[in-house]
Amino acid sequence: MIVSEAAREPAQIAPSAEPLSEERIAYLEGLVTQARVASAVFTQFTQEDVDRIVKAMVLAGLKQAQHLAELAVEETKLGVMEDKVIKNMVATEFAYDYVKDKRTVGVIREFPERNLMEVAEPIGVIFSLLPITNPTSTVLFKCIIAIKTRNAVIFSPHPNAWRCCSEAVRIMYETAVKHGAPEGVFACLQTHTLQDNAFLMRHKDVSLIDATGGPNAVKAAYSSGKPALGVGPGNTPVYLEKTADLDASIVDIIISKTFDNGTICASEQTVVIDDEIYELALEKFSELGAHICNEKETRLLEQTVIDPQTGFMQPMAVGQKATDIARFVGIPVEPNTKLLIAPILGVGREHPLSVEKLFPVLSVYRGKSADEALKVCVDVNHAGGLGHTAVIFSRNDAIIRKFSEVINAGRIIVNSPGSIGALGAVYNDLVPTFSFGCGTAGGNSTTDNVNIFHYLNIKRLARRTQAHMWFRVPNQIYFNMNAVENVRQFPSASTVIVSTPVLEQIGHVDIVRRHISPETRLHVLIIPDAEPEIEVVTQGVDALNFYKADQIIALGGGSVIDAAKIMKLKYESPQADLEELAAPFLDLRKRVIEFPTEKIHAARLIAISTTSGTGSEVTPFAVLTDKKRGRKTTLADYSLSPDVAIVDPQFVMSMPKTLTADTGIDCVTHALEAGVSNYASPYTDSNAMQALRLAFNYLPIAYEHPGDEEARCMMHNAACIAAMAFSNASVGVNHALAHAFGARFGVAHGRANALMLPHVMAYNAEVPAKFMPSPYTHGYVANKKYATMADVLGLGGHTVQEKVENLIVATEQLLDRLDFPRSIAELGISKEEFAQAVPEMVRSAFEDPSGRSNPRMPLMTELVELFWKAYEGRSLTTATSVFHTQTA
Amino acid sequence: MAIALWLNVDGKGVIPTLQEAVERLDGAEGELVLDFVTVCRIDSMALRAMEGLATIADQKAVKVVLRDVNVDVYKVLKLVKLARRFSFSNSNHDRRTTKLEGRHAEPSAK
Repeated sequence: MIVSEAAREPAQIAPSAEPLSEERIAYLEGLVTQARVASAVFTQFTQEDVDRIVKAMVLAGLKQAQHLAELAVEETKLGVMEDKVIKNMVATEFAYDYVKDKRTVGVIREFPERNLMEVAEPIGVIFSLLPITNPTSTVLFKCIIAIKTRNAVIFSPHPNAWRCCSEAVRIMYETAVKHGAPEGVFACLQTHTLQDNAFLMRHKDVSLIDATGGPNAVKAAYSSGKPALGVGPGNTPVYLEKTADLDASIVDIIISKTFDNGTICASEQTVVIDDEIYELALEKFSELGAHICNEKETRLLEQTVIDPQTGFMQPMAVGQKATDIARFVGIPVEPNTKLLIAPILGVGREHPLSVEKLFPVLSVYRGKSADEALKVCVDVNHAGGLGHTAVIFSRNDAIIRKFSEVINAGRIIVNSPGSIGALGAVYNDLVPTFSFGCGTAGGNSTTDNVNIFHYLNIKRLARRTQAHMWFRVPNQIYFNMNAVENVRQFPSASTVIVSTPVLEQIGHVDIVRRHISPETRLHVLIIPDAEPEIEVVTQGVDALNFYKADQIIALGGGSVIDAAKIMKLKYESPQADLEELAAPFLDLRKRVIEFPTEKIHAARLIAISTTSGTGSEVTPFAVLTDKKRGRKTTLADYSLSPDVAIVDPQFVMSMPKTLTADTGIDCVTHALEAGVSNYASPYTDSNAMQALRLAFNYLPIAYEHPGDEEARCMMHNAACIAAMAFSNASVGVNHALAHAFGARFGVAHGRANALMLPHVMAYNAEVPAKFMPSPYTHGYVANKKYATMADVLGLGGHTVQEKVENLIVATEQLLDRLDFPRSIAELGISKEEFAQAVPEMVRSAFEDPSGRSNPRMPLMTELVELFWKAYEGRSLTTATSVFHTQTA
Repeated sequence: MAIALWLNVDGKGVIPTLQEAVERLDGAEGELVLDFVTVCRIDSMALRAMEGLATIADQKAVKVVLRDVNVDVYKVLKLVKLARRFSFSNSNHDRRTTKLEGRHAEPSAK
C-alpha cells in the first residue's frame, strides 16, 4: 500500500452488519454491468487506440495536478499540497514515461530464440480501494494503467477522501471517453457503505481486487475468493552506515521523511546509525532543520503519537507537520523545524516509537557495530515492515549486499530517499507505482511495484521447438584388416592391455603387443570373459593405479570393453559412485546425476573389438552385472566413449559360430531399434540403414563360412556402424527386455535379444496403446521406418503393412538361418520358473533406460505380454499370422 | 426453413439497423437474419440495443441469426453473455444456420 490505512481503515472495511437494500444492490449491479460491458467492448481496441487515450489522460492529469492536490489536502487535512502536486505529476508523467512504449495489446513480447510469445488478455472488471493519504495520485495512476491494459475499474474511495477521488475519476473518465474509451470504463462509488465493498469484492463479474489500503482491507480482499493485489503496511528500517556520504544521506532522509508530511508508507521510520558517525549525523540533522528530542521529549512523543493500547500510531498525527505535532505534544521547537528525531534504545512494544509513523517523526538508534546495526534493522523490518521497503546509505558494497540478504523487503533503496525511491523511476530504475507489493510476508501475492503487467493476464504462446540433437562418436575410428597397426601412433609411458584368457591364448594380445612402442611399459590384465562385475572393475582399477597407466587398450568383446570403460572412469575419478551414476533419466541432457569431470589421472582408452556385435568400441554405454541381485546396471555417458576405436576383422576371423550369431544378431537389433527410436535422426538413420543392409547380407555368410574374410570384415564394420547409430539414437524395449531376461537367466545378450526381436518389431509396428511423448519425432513413424528398412533390404511389398510384415519375416528367417532357439521354453526354462521371474523382470525392464527411447511407451502389462510371447515363441508362419491379427 | 427477414447491419451505424430489426420483428415469420459482415467493432450502446432486440425477439418467438460476425465482436458478445441469446451463421456455411446454432451458442444459463 502506498500509505498506512491502519488507523483509519475501519471506516472502509469493517464487517457488514446490515444487508444491502434492493435499491442499493440494483445500483451496485448497474455499476458492475456497466463496467463489464465496457471491459468487453474494450477488448476490440488496438494498441494505438489505447495509447492515444492514455496520452490524453496523462495530459489532463498533469493539467489538473494542482487542482486535485488542493482538493485532497482540503478534504483529508493530510499532507502537503505542494508535495501532492508532485505526487500527481509523478503518477501521470512518470507512469506515462514507463508505459508509453510498452505493448499491452495483442502480442506484447516475443522470444524468437525460444519460440515463445506473450499475448495480453485484459483482466476485465477491477474493483479498486483508494487510500486517504494519496487519494488523487492513486486514482490518476490506476486510471492510466487500467486504460493502457483495457480494463474497467470501479473505485471505492476512503470516505474521507471521496470528493477529491471522485473528482480525479471524473477528470480521467471524461478525458478517456472523449478520446474513444468505452462508456462506463470507470465508475466511482457514490457515498458508500462497508457492505458495498463487501458486495463488490464478492461479485462474480469482478475479476480482480486492487486493495490499496491497510491490513484489514488487504485481508478482506484476499478473503473474498477473488484474485487480489493487496499491499500491506510498512515500517522502513534505514541503515546509515559509517562509509556513507553523510551530507547527502541526511538530506535524502529529510526529503523523504518530510515529503507530504511522511504519508508515504515507504518513508523512513527508524534510522540505525553507526556509532562512529552517530554524533556527527545528529549534528547535521539538527543543522538542516531537525529537532533532536531529549529523553523527556521522546517520552512525551511516545505517549502522544502512539496509541498505548494498540501500539500503532495515532490517526490525529498522520500527515501533520512536525511543528504542529511538537506543539500538540508540548515540545518547544524552532518555527522552521522540519522533523522531530527521537533516539530510541530498542525495537518492540517497549519502544513505542519503533513502529510505523506516517508523520515527520523519525526514531534513531545508535548501532555499536555493523552486526548490531543490521540486527536492529532486521528487528524494525519484523516490527510491521516485512516485505515492504528498506533503505541503506553506504559505500560498502559488501554491507549493502548483506543488508539485502537479511532484510525482507520488496524494495531495498540504496543511497536515496526511501519514499520517493520506492515509487520508482525518479531516483532509480524501479517500475513507477503507487502500489507496493509486499510479498507473502505482507500477505501479498507479489513483491513488485504494481504496474501494467499486474493488470494483465499474460498468455504464453509456445510454438513447438525443434529439439537440439547430436551425433557423437569417438574422434578416431580405424577399420579394415590390420587396422590395429594404428596403435603405434599413440604415445604412452605405461599401457595396460585388458583382455581375456582365450584372447591371450590364441595370440590376439601378442598381435596388439607387437604394435606398441618398445619404450612403453606394457602390462596385460587378464579378466574373466564375462559381463563385468564390480570386483573385476576394482581389480582393474588397482592395476591401473599400480602401473600408473596413461593408456588402456581394451581387447575383447563388449564385456571386456565395458569393463575397461568403467575401470577408466573409476581410475580417473575414484569418487564416481556407480550406483548413483546409473540413476534413471529421461533425457540424457537433462539428467540429474552428472558424470564426474574432475580427474586425478588421465588415460587414453583404445578399444579393439574382437566380436562383431556390441559395438562397444564406439558407444557411450557400459553394462555392469550384479549377479547377486540378478540384474544389470547400464551406465550411459559420452565420457565413457573410448578415445580410439579399432575395427580390425583379423580379431574376429576365429570367432566361434555361436558367438558370430549372438553378436551378429545384437548388431541387427541395434540397427532395428536405433532406426525406430524416438531419438533417431537423419544422421543415425543413415548408419542404422547401412548397418542393417550389411548385416542382413553378410551375417549369414560369416556364420556359415567363418573364414570368409569379406563377410567378417563387413559384419565387423556393420557392428561398429550400428553402434554409432544407437550411441546417438539409443535402443529400445527389445534391449530392456533382453537385459532383464539375460541377467535373470544367464542368457547371452545377443541370444536374449533374438528371442524378443520379432515380437518387439510387431509390437512397435502396431498403433500404440500409449504414445511415447517425444520432441524429436513428428507423428508415429515406427511402422514407416520399418517399411523403409524393408525397402533398403529389397524385401518388396506395396504398403507399409506389407513391408513391415516382410521385414519381420526376413528377420525370422535370419534367426532361423543362424539356428537360434525361437522360444525361451526351448532353453529348458520351465513355465513355472519363468512365471515366477516375470514380475521382477518386468520391473527391471521398465526401469531400464533403453526403453525410454522406444517409439511406443511400454506399459507394464505389455512387457508381461512380450515376455510371454518370447517364452512361447512363434514359428515363422505363426509369427506372421500373429502379426496379421495384431494389426488387423 | 424460409427466411422471412434479412437485414444488413451497417458497420458505421449498428444501432439504426437494430432499431429497424425490432420494428420489423412481427413480420419475421419466426426468423430474422442480421448480416454483420461489415461490422468491425461494437460499442456499449449497440450492445444495449442488441440486448433489447434479443428480449423482444424472445417474447415474439423469433429466432435472431447473426450472420458473419467477426471473432472480435463474437468475443465481446461472449463476454457480456449475449452470445447465448442469438444464433450464428457463416456465409461459408450457407444454409446451415440451424446446424451452426448448436455449435456456436454458449451453454444456456437455463
